[in-house]
Amino acid sequence: MSFDEIVALDSVSFELHAGDTRVVLGAAGSGKTTLLKAAIGLIRPDGGKIYLFGNEITGLKEAQLFHIRSGVGVLFQEGGLFDSVTVEENVAYPLLNRTEHPETLQEVEPKVREALRFVELEQTLEQYPSELSGGMRRRVGIARAVVSEPPLVLYDSPTAGLDPITANTIMALIVKERDSKNTANLIVTQRYQDGQLMANFRYNRSSGHLEPASSNGAQGGNGSNPTRTIFMVMKDGRVVFEGTQHELEASQDDYVQKFVPKHS
Amino acid sequence: MLASGNAGALLLDFLKPPVAAIQDFYVLSGRALRNLFRGPHYVEDIAIQMDIIGVGSLPIVILIGFFSGFVITMQMSRALAQYGATDQVGQIVAITLVRELGPVLTALLVAGRNASGIASELGSMKVTEQIDAMRALGTDPIQKLVTPRMIATCVMLPMLTIVADFVGLIGGYVIAYFSIGLTTTQYWTSAYQALAYNDIAQGLLKPFVFAFIISLVGCFYGLRTTGGTQGVGLATTKAVVAASVWVFVITSLITRVFVNLH
Repeated sequence: MSFDEIVALDSVSFELHAGDTRVVLGAAGSGKTTLLKAAIGLIRPDGGKIYLFGNEITGLKEAQLFHIRSGVGVLFQEGGLFDSVTVEENVAYPLLNRTEHPETLQEVEPKVREALRFVELEQTLEQYPSELSGGMRRRVGIARAVVSEPPLVLYDSPTAGLDPITANTIMALIVKERDSKNTANLIVTQRYQDGQLMANFRYNRSSGHLEPASSNGAQGGNGSNPTRTIFMVMKDGRVVFEGTQHELEASQDDYVQKFVPKHS
Repeated sequence: MLASGNAGALLLDFLKPPVAAIQDFYVLSGRALRNLFRGPHYVEDIAIQMDIIGVGSLPIVILIGFFSGFVITMQMSRALAQYGATDQVGQIVAITLVRELGPVLTALLVAGRNASGIASELGSMKVTEQIDAMRALGTDPIQKLVTPRMIATCVMLPMLTIVADFVGLIGGYVIAYFSIGLTTTQYWTSAYQALAYNDIAQGLLKPFVFAFIISLVGCFYGLRTTGGTQGVGLATTKAVVAASVWVFVITSLITRVFVNLH
């Protein structure tokens, strides 16, 4: 997947492969969300090309995009849940509205339950999104994004407006999704800690917990990147930094440094 | 030279947004209409909207219909008394209601109730990224949201108008019978005989056209909403104002055509 110049974006270009994580940091209005929306054709670029799973999507019509988008899960800011339907119908939505083989609600129920169990919210099946807390809505949003097991998942500010504990829970789910399904991940965020968690932790399937990625032993030490996490910092629609966590922390750029907490 | 160039540029800047808005409205209408002939059809959504727009508006339409017939009869009987023709009051009530007031009042009520409802619902969905989510999850928001509302309004508004016309005639009858002292036969015969096919045709064509405008204007402003909750309020207001104004413009146009048909 690669990007080139977009309206609020200028000369942004990168690729993302299975198992990769890309964390996009940047101030409000720096083009992070625009980047994410352009990636799946919700916003059309004035110039440049966008490839999704090898298909150029820039010139495609909306109807042609639907099929390609079914391989992408998206968590929108605030969750983007449909508040006129229940949690169950929300999570079932991607499965029920696929153009090729639509299924019935009964048929998809096991998958819906599994996705909700993944985010530990199975008990909310019959509730409406307005009855849930902000963190729970975000988790249902994740369940909806991953229910169809897409190879690529995009997260738009998954932790914005949440308390640190809930934010960690959300990020742990994202790490769990990445490591149990080997998805490609694009995470747009303002919180450095989100990226740090993605870069340094792995989900251990046997223990069911997150553990430090380097403790698995293979490489370790500065400069290694066991989780294949790349950071990008955006400013006014341009990428001003691209590199690993260590490179990010070592950066002398004032703007980039704003996103890295100072260690005293 | 420079000044006139500036004025021209200013005028152009001033005219661009409304022209662009009209263009966007045509595009939306075109896509909503095209979806009538394309799958998938969201039958359940159409039924829900019919319930909200049709059944939901019924009480207020009955109330307003009744009182408009009531008031017209009172006013007209006084005017007709000068010519000693109060027995013709049924005719006046029938023509005024079926041709003009029935369709227009019902449309204004539905514009107030449903253009605002549609605009605020779609507007809230827009600002909370539900519209984007819908597109990302493989659904055309126009197919899922706009077309069902358009179909539902186009089916329900003519029906509501028929109800309003009929209840209005009953309202007129109440006054004619109890206050003016006409007999049942006098009132209903004069009302019935006053109506020609032409009247019925324009009485049913108008609500059908109004329904397109009301539903599409509501959807149009809803889908254009930006700027959070304040934007939703603004979109709702604009939708009601625009829908109401267009109801009057269109009724004038249609009436002009039908008046000339004689």
